[in-house]
Amino acid sequence: MMEFINFYLIPGITLGSIYALGAVGVSMIFGILRFAHFAHGDLMTTGAYIALMLVWVLGVSPLVAMPIAMAGTAIVALLLDRLFYRPLRELPTIYTVIASFGVALILRSLIQVLWGTEAHVYSPGFQKPLIFFDSLRIASRHIQIISTTLAIAVALHFFLKHSRLGRSMRAVSDDPELARIAGIRTERVIAFTWITGACLAAMAGIFVGLDTDVHTNLGWNMLLPMFAAALLGGIGKPMGAIAGGLIIGIAEELVSYPVLGVSLLSPSYKSAVAFIIMLVLLIFRPQGLFKGRLLQ
Amino acid sequence: MNTPVLVIENLTAGYGTTAIVHDVNVTLQEREIAVIVGPNGAGKSTLLKAVFGLNNCFSGDILYRGSSILKTGTANLVPMGISAVPQSGNVFPSLSVTENLEIGTYARAPKNKAHTMARILSLFPDLKDKLKQDAGELSGGQRQMLAIARALMSEPQLLLLDEPTAGLSPAFLEIIFDLILEIRSTGLSILMVEQNARQALRIADTGYVLVNGENAYTGSGTELLANDEVRRSFLGGQARLKSKQSDSDSP
Repeated sequence: MMEFINFYLIPGITLGSIYALGAVGVSMIFGILRFAHFAHGDLMTTGAYIALMLVWVLGVSPLVAMPIAMAGTAIVALLLDRLFYRPLRELPTIYTVIASFGVALILRSLIQVLWGTEAHVYSPGFQKPLIFFDSLRIASRHIQIISTTLAIAVALHFFLKHSRLGRSMRAVSDDPELARIAGIRTERVIAFTWITGACLAAMAGIFVGLDTDVHTNLGWNMLLPMFAAALLGGIGKPMGAIAGGLIIGIAEELVSYPVLGVSLLSPSYKSAVAFIIMLVLLIFRPQGLFKGRLLQ
Repeated sequence: MNTPVLVIENLTAGYGTTAIVHDVNVTLQEREIAVIVGPNGAGKSTLLKAVFGLNNCFSGDILYRGSSILKTGTANLVPMGISAVPQSGNVFPSLSVTENLEIGTYARAPKNKAHTMARILSLFPDLKDKLKQDAGELSGGQRQMLAIARALMSEPQLLLLDEPTAGLSPAFLEIIFDLILEIRSTGLSILMVEQNARQALRIADTGYVLVNGENAYTGSGTELLANDEVRRSFLGGQARLKSKQSDSDSP
């Protein structure tokens, strides 16, 4: 039982938390700007590398570097919107989707030019896990990742439900033209969507770096499970994306748990789980668990 | 004479590069109800959307209290005191009724929000029991009421209504027309596009009949209802259309 919790459930919740942070941005951008942002994974990578630079230059811990990395990633996202996405806003969204592919390649190539293609770690060496009740082993980085995601989920819920800007974001997500008619400044809402999405993406990228290592494909590799999580929760439903991320992360880890000595899937195939969930969902419940927008 | 609340002056407008309305003129005086009627495709909704900056204006002007609002931008009209209720998709379905009403105050906050909310809910008592319900779960008539209530939350001076009775049952139709009269009595000026021409002209101070995107007839509501030509070519036409529909419905 403890093996299941220590080696499958806790890593699953950790991975799910990372997916959740990234999926919130994907879901919000899809809900408000109406396009699948394929460069979102590379925004995660950008955040992870800005933190890496601060760790190298200032010698601070990645968690201390996190707020600056989040701010830097938000500025990058706002610039990308200004340069590439805003000029395409009035055109069919397929133009913006294709542009986001291009932006993903630009970001990754820039990162490779600036930091090289080899993988890095924030802090070398083995970190001993904390042990509770003699047998529950949990790494401190896992506690940090899970607790931060929980705090973000609670804060996001209150922000979207009770703040003026949060309600405006939900209104624009429901109907951008009606929102404009109601006097909501949609460009301000769009800017805040980029800021929130980019900050959470940077956070997710740094958490991946903390949990494994920092490499240039870090975010790109996460894109499929993040989209699957956003779909599972319901497009345009950030709280759904958090639930979706956790479900996919946990599912990916649990499928390799041996039941009666046999694993359902070899761990090397676990990334297929997100793909399978996404396909099943698109066929049987395209609006997701939280009744999000249907993909068109 | 006082400056009219709204003047649409020789306006040609449409979508993309296609003009739908041509050289249209409309004048709305203080505390008046002006109604635009006409057959389907006459350009009524296009005209209203042009006032709210939602399509392209090719020539002419739109003046609000004497100043042009052609380049003001949709989101800037609410702070000026102009509110609009589109024909469909006029509520935020995933937001609760209260949240929809709150949204109405963001661009132009009333002096006393609680007082305004109470006053508006007294106009729309059906919404009182549904404040926590998502707007998407309301009936068509309740949605229409919520949409008008949301537009009134900013305490506008000019209200634009695009077919407020579209798709509603006859019972709701009467309620909505009574409400419009009641709203006018609070001091608002109302420009309304309406398919139910007879009922709409009954409450109109001024009526405009639009045909093929052009002004065909203008007069007081009573004058237009009494005008034989209008009755024959438009109101009668509507009756003929209705009878055709019932013919095709019959087995």
